[in-house]
Amino acid sequence: MSAPHLLVHDKRDNVGVVVVEGLKAGTEMLCVVTEDNSSFTLKVIDDVPIGHKVALTDLKVGDTAIKYGEDIGRIVADVAKGGHVHVHNLKTKRW
Amino acid sequence: MPSKYSNLTFKGYRRENGRVGVRNHVVILPVDDISNAACEAVANNIKGTLALPHAYGRLQFGADLDLHFRTMIGTGSNPNVAAVVVIGIEPGWTKKIVDGIAETGKPVAGFSIEQNGDLKTIMDASRKAKEFVHYATELQREECSISELWVSTKCGESDTTTGLGSCPTVGNMYDKLLPEGIYGVFGETSEITGAEHIAKARAINPEVGERWYKVWKAYQDEVIEAHKVDDLSESQPTKGNIEGGLTTIEEKALGNLEKIGRTSRYIDVLEPAETPKSGPGLYFMDTSSAAAECVTLMAAAGYVVHTFPTGQGNVIGNPIVPVIKISANPRTVRTMSEHIDVDVTGILRRELTIDQAGDLLIDNIIRTANGRHTSAEALGHREFVMTKLYRSA
Repeated sequence: MSAPHLLVHDKRDNVGVVVVEGLKAGTEMLCVVTEDNSSFTLKVIDDVPIGHKVALTDLKVGDTAIKYGEDIGRIVADVAKGGHVHVHNLKTKRW
Repeated sequence: MPSKYSNLTFKGYRRENGRVGVRNHVVILPVDDISNAACEAVANNIKGTLALPHAYGRLQFGADLDLHFRTMIGTGSNPNVAAVVVIGIEPGWTKKIVDGIAETGKPVAGFSIEQNGDLKTIMDASRKAKEFVHYATELQREECSISELWVSTKCGESDTTTGLGSCPTVGNMYDKLLPEGIYGVFGETSEITGAEHIAKARAINPEVGERWYKVWKAYQDEVIEAHKVDDLSESQPTKGNIEGGLTTIEEKALGNLEKIGRTSRYIDVLEPAETPKSGPGLYFMDTSSAAAECVTLMAAAGYVVHTFPTGQGNVIGNPIVPVIKISANPRTVRTMSEHIDVDVTGILRRELTIDQAGDLLIDNIIRTANGRHTSAEALGHREFVMTKLYRSA
């Protein structure tokens, strides 16, 4: 298998993690779900640094971000499929 | 049933109480901050000794003082330490620490500064330290079973690659070695926030899970709620975590818990620096999530090797316990290679499975236990940081 651009922990997740450096907007990413080694492709629409997250689907304000199959916080600004997900559009539900 | 890990051995130092160490330090231990200078002078006089200066030990009381003594006595009692010279400002607390360490049967001697002054204390303590160096350097390593190894874990400067690679590598190691009878420990009470439902469920039984939950809840109520000014967004996740792509405390906690593997269950909940008393297995210790504080507490509990997953590159070490750094972040491994002992970046490229990465770590643990210095040891990282529970009197 060629090296993936994006890894997803769990099939239920709606965000994945960029695992290559210098990823540019417009790249057709190879995405792998680590849980079962299944793969898919997704076009990233922002430049996203290594380690940062990408939305696997359109996410709206109030939606819950899912990673490891678990709730990791709420979406606070709309983000389109393939967009960068981080502190500008995702916040903890704890405080 | 024997596994391919059952016959693993390492060469360690068997101490008087039967515990096995992987290093052979002669420690010069200050009871208090004002005895640091004398300890450092002794360590300068006598080559092959190690002073452990720290900031506390005066006017503490209650649980905070208990923790101070537990950390001091535990550090001296750690099997990686062959012998200890203790120096304090006055004889009372000095003797308390000497007596605590003496229970292990290892050589220990105390010196106090009042009515002697620094110079006489340094001379007397140096003579004893020289004796201890002769004693320690004649000790030989002997072959020991993997089951005699105590391995702690705590991660730092985490990012999303720690949850994908380096933390599951440690978890895989625990899933393989805990069944062989090793002692393990994880902690970081504050960093489990967001995954407390999962941590509670990973206890061996509901009673232990409830005790764990009480410790976690007490931290929320007594520390966070009592002291927060707005929220913890500035420190949890940390700036380094955010740079590395971690957005929320929940996400960070879920990655953190990957360190305890898939099948492992913790069997007991420890106070900070408390020695495990429930036999082999995985323990949870109530610790700060600050790296040096946490590793110092785990060393004081008797753990002899530390596994430290890092994403963005925490450079921490410990004076008496080798700290093995594991990273899956290719940028960190490229830009900070001198700090990384186990490179598991292949997990992100899907060239290395978690199972293979766990075996790589086990191999590095054995080599480190046999005497190979870690990156942190080679670079001189000796962070020894006491945990303080509240203000002194």
